[in-house]
Amino acid sequence: MKYGVLVFPGTWSDGDCHYALSSVLGRDVAYIWHKDVDLSGYDCLILPGGFSYGDYLRPGAIARFSPVMAEVERFAANGGLVFGICNGFQILCEAGLLPGALLRNSHLQYRCQWVNLRVENANTPFTSRSRKGQVLRIPISHYEGCYFADADTLAELEANNQVVFRYCTPEGEVTEQTNPNGALRNIAGIINKRGNVLGMMPHPERACEPLLGGSDGNLLWPV
Amino acid sequence: MPVSQEILDEVALSRAEYDLIVERLGREPTPVELGMFGSLWSEHCGYKHSKLLLKMFPSTSPRSLIGVGQENAGAVDIGDGLAVVMKMESHNHPSAIEPYEGAATGVGGIVRDIFTMGARPIALMNSLRFGPLSDAHNRYLFNGVVAGIAGYGNCLGIPDVGGEIYFDQVYSQNPLVNALCLGLIESKWLTSARASGQGNLLMLVGADTGRDGLHGASGLASRTFEEQKELRSAVQVGNPFLEKLLIEACLELVQHDWIVGLQDLGAAGLTSASVESAARGGSGMDIDVLKVPRREQGMTPYEVMLSESQERMLVIVKKGCENKVKTLFERWDLRCDIIGQVTADGLARVREGDVVVAEIPVKLLSDPPLYRLPASKPAWLRGAQSLDLATLPDLAPTQAGPALLRLLGSPNIASKQHVYRQYDHQVQNNTVVAPGSDAAVLRIKGTAKAISLTTDGNGRYCYLDPYAGGAIAVAEAARNLACSGAQPLAITDCLNFGNPEKPDVYYQLKECIRGMAHACRVLGVPVISGNVSLYNETRGQAVYPTPVVGMLGLMEDVTKHCTAAFQRAGDLVYLLGTCDGVGLAGSEYLALEQGLVKGRPTIDLALEKRVQRTCLAAIRQGLLHSAHDCSDGGLAVAVAESAVIGGLGFKGRLPMEGRLDSALFGELQSRIVVSLAPENLPQLEKIASKHKVPLTKLGTVEGKHFAIAGCLDLPLDEVGEAWRGGLERALGG
Repeated sequence: MKYGVLVFPGTWSDGDCHYALSSVLGRDVAYIWHKDVDLSGYDCLILPGGFSYGDYLRPGAIARFSPVMAEVERFAANGGLVFGICNGFQILCEAGLLPGALLRNSHLQYRCQWVNLRVENANTPFTSRSRKGQVLRIPISHYEGCYFADADTLAELEANNQVVFRYCTPEGEVTEQTNPNGALRNIAGIINKRGNVLGMMPHPERACEPLLGGSDGNLLWPV
Repeated sequence: MPVSQEILDEVALSRAEYDLIVERLGREPTPVELGMFGSLWSEHCGYKHSKLLLKMFPSTSPRSLIGVGQENAGAVDIGDGLAVVMKMESHNHPSAIEPYEGAATGVGGIVRDIFTMGARPIALMNSLRFGPLSDAHNRYLFNGVVAGIAGYGNCLGIPDVGGEIYFDQVYSQNPLVNALCLGLIESKWLTSARASGQGNLLMLVGADTGRDGLHGASGLASRTFEEQKELRSAVQVGNPFLEKLLIEACLELVQHDWIVGLQDLGAAGLTSASVESAARGGSGMDIDVLKVPRREQGMTPYEVMLSESQERMLVIVKKGCENKVKTLFERWDLRCDIIGQVTADGLARVREGDVVVAEIPVKLLSDPPLYRLPASKPAWLRGAQSLDLATLPDLAPTQAGPALLRLLGSPNIASKQHVYRQYDHQVQNNTVVAPGSDAAVLRIKGTAKAISLTTDGNGRYCYLDPYAGGAIAVAEAARNLACSGAQPLAITDCLNFGNPEKPDVYYQLKECIRGMAHACRVLGVPVISGNVSLYNETRGQAVYPTPVVGMLGLMEDVTKHCTAAFQRAGDLVYLLGTCDGVGLAGSEYLALEQGLVKGRPTIDLALEKRVQRTCLAAIRQGLLHSAHDCSDGGLAVAVAESAVIGGLGFKGRLPMEGRLDSALFGELQSRIVVSLAPENLPQLEKIASKHKVPLTKLGTVEGKHFAIAGCLDLPLDEVGEAWRGGLERALGG
């Protein structure tokens, strides 16, 4: 499995993703500059967190027009794995590769903290090493993490098992108190209908070593 | 024709200084030249009132690579071919006018000081002071500053790993916003901000130049002002996205061999960047303002040279390499223009096309007059220092619990989680100990090491005894590092004071520095960089003398770090340090519960050193489960915090020979509360005995209550609620 970590101007989780994959897990990973358009040889593309283009206009609104994104869309259409984290999730929604949108946190502040996620769907390439119902401890760090979709879209997501992660208690209970940003139905991550494009707000690359607070994130990189 | 007072006021120069300029130049300065003198000879840039005093600081150590004043920040060797670059700076006056942008550009400015040396910024910290939150204007400033720090820092992808926030009436019109940045670099890439080599080119990179911030940091910081409203245009506006691009591009640039130096544009903009780098290089420079890209029309040479538009860097490029440099910056979509060159004539020459509008010897601009003013112990100090305990009623045991809850919930002591959860404190995957303990701990990838970082300062102590207060600031920072398991390495400081032309204030400045310097020498920690912010006063009311110490520590083995939280039920809780003394002088208890700011804080630096050594040795031997410094609120608060953060109860007794209020809330110095497994006690006793440090049993970690025999027994949840919710309640939440 060869991983490509996309780098847009303003991205900053690229280094952390590379570190988790390469230094911690020993995987084969390379950076892809947003102006490069050759994605051959990659099996999984990662769109990392950060403030691409300063989050100007809306997070991801400008990055989705970057030269590499047309290739990412082609890559996804051909079944390649695409993993959007935080700003990456926002870019995928702006590009239409995932439904819905990420709005400003309901409390209108940036929030950086550890959260618990319940795995809702373990039948994806990203959750194949987790169990349904398993609780993972992974941090969030964002201003705009409030997942929103209209009622029809939400219904479709639920019906198709496209909701992959929900914010929950350490015991796995999905409650209002555990929702850190107002996301509808405590949705922390979703997958497309085809099952090859995933977006999540929490940062698995930050949960890569016990020294840093936990290593649950390591389970989520497709193998 | 004699220059008018109005013009002198605009450039914040005294008539005597103007006369000195005329004398040294041999003529009257042109308007552009006068503007350049005004900014470079300002207090902020010139350190006129502080430079002579700052010489008291020890500034070198075996590990220091770059000392005070040599470059934009200080640097220390941490082994493995690596160096840490560190600096702290104030942005007080802009934040009082426009809190969001003032704080944001404060972060931006300090980050530039770090990456201009080729170091990747890896951590931020902030030390903040505001007036009481009961006042709407102070809430406005507080919220604006916190949002500004978050808005700028989070966008850059640099973790904000801690700091401190205090509230006091004296800061009401004069908030303090001190921003610290730390960078990591392979020592071989350390880049200088030196313009040398005749014919080498000066290139300006980053944002275009506008009229924002004219006379900003330099003019604002050089005098007190009564009417703040009209000064809003003097506050700079930040663009963190642009800065992020600059960081990546500059870090890439320094690894090539194309440049002689790199200098960021901060206070006094292009004037200080070009003159200071020329001064360091012993050369001159020639700049054509028409080559500077502008964002506004009709800008005069004066405006171009003094603009404080943010996110701009000056690159001193080796002749012949300019196209390579330009290509690199263009890859990052950054604007890059040749604006001048390095000369050998030692002159700072500014032209507008063919017309020379300024031509001054660099040495003259970079050599402002330095003042040593009269210092006299303030008449009110003796009265302030006398605390008559006989007239102060002690606490009755039944009052102890409620008093503890009030202290824990007071904004100065309460948890600051409301603030730091708004800052990304994890990005870059180095944060081992996040905000909420005594010091932040960041591991160094590729090594077994970690660095520790803290900021500390107590204005109230310095007000009551500047010398002791200064020493205590240094000692407390080192103590916090010791609690995390790190050996103190270096200091960067921010000295925040009132108007130094007043003998009272100059006395405070001098004595604080003297006290700090003494503690630095006893504890073996040099000051490698720093900043002075004077004139923090409004309508004659100055802030407390508030020196803030930012201190860096090193631990050889990251796994041997320690935090403030109790870890295990059954552990023993001990006090390292003394209980001799009352410790109520300048205490939070005295101020909050008795409405008094009185007494004379003291510190025994020899004891402090031994206590820190004991704590460090114990942590290195893996004996301790927690270590927490006793500071604001005293012993009861320290033990309560360890319990609440750990989520584990405490049962025990505090040494109580004299007054109850002193036993619970006295702020005697050099004390650390530790917890450890019972089987490790004999070894801890051995170490304490070896260092002649008193060791007193306080109790055990147990249950879900916080109980001190003879005076209080509270459910841990209630104690936790008081501490966790204090700040939000004060904000009206």
